[in-house]
Amino acid sequence: MIKNKITIAGSGGQGALSMGQMIAYAGLKEGLEATWLPSYGAEMRGGTANCSVIISEVEIPYPIVTEPDYCIVMNLPSLLKFESIVRPGGILIINSSMIPEKATREDLSVFYVPADEIAEEEKNPRGANMVLLGVYITIAGSIKEESIAAIIDKTFTGSKARFAESNKQLVTRGIEYGKNI
Amino acid sequence: MTKVLMKGNEVIAEAALRAGCRAFFGYPITPQNEIPEYFAREMPLRNGTFIQAESEIAAMNMVMGASASGARAMTSTSGPGYCLKLEALAAMTLTRLPAVVVVVMRNGPAFGTMNAAQEDYRMNGNGGYKVVTFAPSTIQEAADMTFEAFDIADQYRNPVVILADGMIGQMMGSVDFDKLPAKREHLPEKTWALHGRGQRNGKSEFLFIAEGKNHYQEKYDAETILYPEIKANETSVEIVDVEDADIVMCAYGTAARMCVAAVEAIGSEVKLGLIRPRTLWPFPYETFGQIGDPCKAIICPEINIIGQMIDDVRIASAGRWPVHHVGDSATGPLTPDGIIEKVKEVWKEMKV
Amino acid sequence: MSVLYGKPESLNDVPFTFCPGCTHGLTLKLVASVIDEMDMGDDTISVGCVGCGGYMPWFMNVDTIFSLHGRAPANATGVKRMNPDKLVFTYQGDGDLASIGTAEIIHAAHRGEKFTTIFVNNTTYGMTGGQMAPTTLIGQKTTTSPYGRDAGLCGQPLHICELLSTIDGAKYIERVAVDSPVSVRKAKKAIRKAFECQMAGAGFSLIEILSTCPTNWGMSPLESLERIRTEMIPAYPLGVFKDWEEGDK
Repeated sequence: MIKNKITIAGSGGQGALSMGQMIAYAGLKEGLEATWLPSYGAEMRGGTANCSVIISEVEIPYPIVTEPDYCIVMNLPSLLKFESIVRPGGILIINSSMIPEKATREDLSVFYVPADEIAEEEKNPRGANMVLLGVYITIAGSIKEESIAAIIDKTFTGSKARFAESNKQLVTRGIEYGKNI
Repeated sequence: MTKVLMKGNEVIAEAALRAGCRAFFGYPITPQNEIPEYFAREMPLRNGTFIQAESEIAAMNMVMGASASGARAMTSTSGPGYCLKLEALAAMTLTRLPAVVVVVMRNGPAFGTMNAAQEDYRMNGNGGYKVVTFAPSTIQEAADMTFEAFDIADQYRNPVVILADGMIGQMMGSVDFDKLPAKREHLPEKTWALHGRGQRNGKSEFLFIAEGKNHYQEKYDAETILYPEIKANETSVEIVDVEDADIVMCAYGTAARMCVAAVEAIGSEVKLGLIRPRTLWPFPYETFGQIGDPCKAIICPEINIIGQMIDDVRIASAGRWPVHHVGDSATGPLTPDGIIEKVKEVWKEMKV
Repeated sequence: MSVLYGKPESLNDVPFTFCPGCTHGLTLKLVASVIDEMDMGDDTISVGCVGCGGYMPWFMNVDTIFSLHGRAPANATGVKRMNPDKLVFTYQGDGDLASIGTAEIIHAAHRGEKFTTIFVNNTTYGMTGGQMAPTTLIGQKTTTSPYGRDAGLCGQPLHICELLSTIDGAKYIERVAVDSPVSVRKAKKAIRKAFECQMAGAGFSLIEILSTCPTNWGMSPLESLERIRTEMIPAYPLGVFKDWEEGDK
C-alpha cells in the first residue's frame, strides 16, 4: 500500500524541496518506492515552493499529491494555500516561528513547531526544515532517523561537510519535539 | 547496482551516456534544463563533447554534424525549441543520419506556461517523414527508452524522438541502471561517417541523399521498405484488461499514470481497460483488435485541451466505438479526477 | 611529357555547371588547389550551404555534408568537434551567411571554432533569382529592390569581415576579390593562410571573396569583373582584418 502522501511548502530558500527529497531518498533506502515532484517555473522564483512526495510499498501510480496525508507548511502563504487540500483526518505540521496564525480546520491533527527558534538555538538558522523533518519522522513513523542521518552525511560533503553534524542534531531535536507534542 | 532515486531529466542524460552518447548540443528551456546541465558536468569527465549552442536551431545542426561524423549525438528541448529543431530533424531523415532528440513537453502554444503537458504529439517537420517516437511513463522507462533509442537510431539510420512530458522530466523516481535493455548486436557499421576520404581509400563521401538515389527514390524506399520494417520490429504497447472492459482508455506518458490512478479509484464500479502506447510512431493500431465485445466507448486522456493522439485513436477505432477526449480544463491541467469524472459521464450515457 | 597544369585532385572530374562568368568555379578550384598543396585531401571535410554555393559538394572530391540554409557553421561545429585533427571548412554565399545564418556564423566565431569559412559575396541571392541580400549595395537593383536598395528602408550593406573581426575567437579574417589574375593569386594565399590558422588550432577563420553574378546583375562576364573593381571594392575594402600571427590589424 501507499504509506504516505506528503505535501511540503515554504518560500524559496526555506528548504521545503530538499526536505522532500530527503524523505524520498530515505524511503528508497528502506526498500520502499518513492517519488518526488517539485512545483517549478515561475513559482520557483519567489512565491511558494512546494513538492509532492510519495513513499509506498507498491508501485506509485501518479506522483502528484492532491490530497496529502501529511502537509508541512513553512510560511503563511503555504498554510493558506494548502490547509484546504489535506485529507480529512490528515496531519498538518506548521512552522509556528514563521506562521503566527492557527489552522482553521477541525478535522485535522495540527502540530505547531517553532522550527526556526530551535534552529537558532543550535546556531544553524537555515536548518528549520531539518527540525520539521524530525517532527515528521516521529509523527509518521514511516522512515528511520538513521536513514536520514546517512543521507545527510551523503548530501553535505566537501565545503558543506561542516553542516552535516548540525543538521543531524536538528533532526534529532525535531524528533524529540515531536515526541512531546 | 541497486535502485537510485533520480530526476527524470538526469536519468535520461545518464542513460544516454551509458548508451555511448558522447556528443550533446543543447539550449536552455524549462522543463528540460537538468539534461544539458547533467551533460555539462559529465561530458568533460567522460571524454565527451558538450556545447551550449546559440539556439535550438544551431544545436540540432550541430547534432547533424556530429552524427555525420559517426558520433552518437543527442539534443533535448521542449515544445518551443522542438519547432526550431524540426528543420534539421527533417534533413536528417533525408540524409539518413541517426540521433536522439528528447522533447520534455510543456503547455503551449508558443510561450504557453511551464506546466507539464502533452502538446507536441503532432509536431512534424516539412516534407513528410517518420521517426520512432518513444513515450516514457515512468522514470525507469525513460532510462530504458533513451538507452535503446541510440541502438534503434543506428540500426535504421533514422533519428529517434523521446516524447516525455514535463512531469517525467521533473519528478524524481527510482531507477535501476542494471536493468537497462540489452545492447543490440550487429548494428550496421558507419562506413559513411565523415573522417576524410583517406578513411575510404581515397573515395570521398557526400552526405545528402544516398548515392544513386534522387529525392523521390529515397522517400519511396523509406515508405515502402524502411518504415514497414520499423513498424514490424519496433511497435511497443502496454495492454491492460481490454478483453472484458466496459470502457477502454488510451493514453501515454503521465496521462497513462493518471489512468492507473483512475482505475484504482473507480475500477470497481466500471470495468476499465488501458492501452498505453510506448511508441507513438509506430502507433499500435492493431492492438485495438484485442478490445472485447463489452466495450462501449474509448476515452483518450491527454494533458492538453485540443486532443492530439485522439486522431490516431479514432483511426485505430475505425468507427467501432465512440472516442471521447478528456484533457485540461479551463482552469488547469488534466488530473486523475478529471479522468474519473469523464469515465462516470460516459458510463452514465452508456447505461441510458 | 610532363603535366604543367591540371585539375586539382580534390575536384571531381566533372564540368562546372555555374553560369558563364560566375566566379564560383574559379573559387572552388582555388580551395581544391590549396587542399592539394597542403596534402590534406584525404583529411578534409567540407560543409555545403544552400544557394549557388550549395553546388560545391557536387564538384569537390572530399568528404562532404550538405547542410541547411545558413546552418553550415553549426553543422561544421559538430563535424570539427568530432574530427579535431581534420581540415573542416564551410562554403557559404552572402544570402546564406549574412542573412539567415548570422547567428550561426557569429557564434561559431564567438566559440573560436577551429574551422574555416569561405564566404562568397556577390551582393545578391543568385539561385533564387537575384533578390536583395544584406550585402546588396546602395542603389543596386534586384528583384526585391526594384528601385534600387534604399538605405533608409533596408539599411547599409552589412560588412561581415569588419563585424566578425570584433570577436575574439575569430583569428584570421581577410577580404579578397577574384577580379584579376593578381587578386586571384592573393585570394589563394588568403585561403591557405586561413587553413593554416585552423590547423594551428588558433581559432575561427574566414575569407570573404568578392565575386560575380553576371546573370542576376544583367552584365557580361567582363562587365561583372569590372563591377567588382568599381563598385564592390570601394564599398567592401580588401585586406586582412585579423591575423592571429600578427595581432589585430
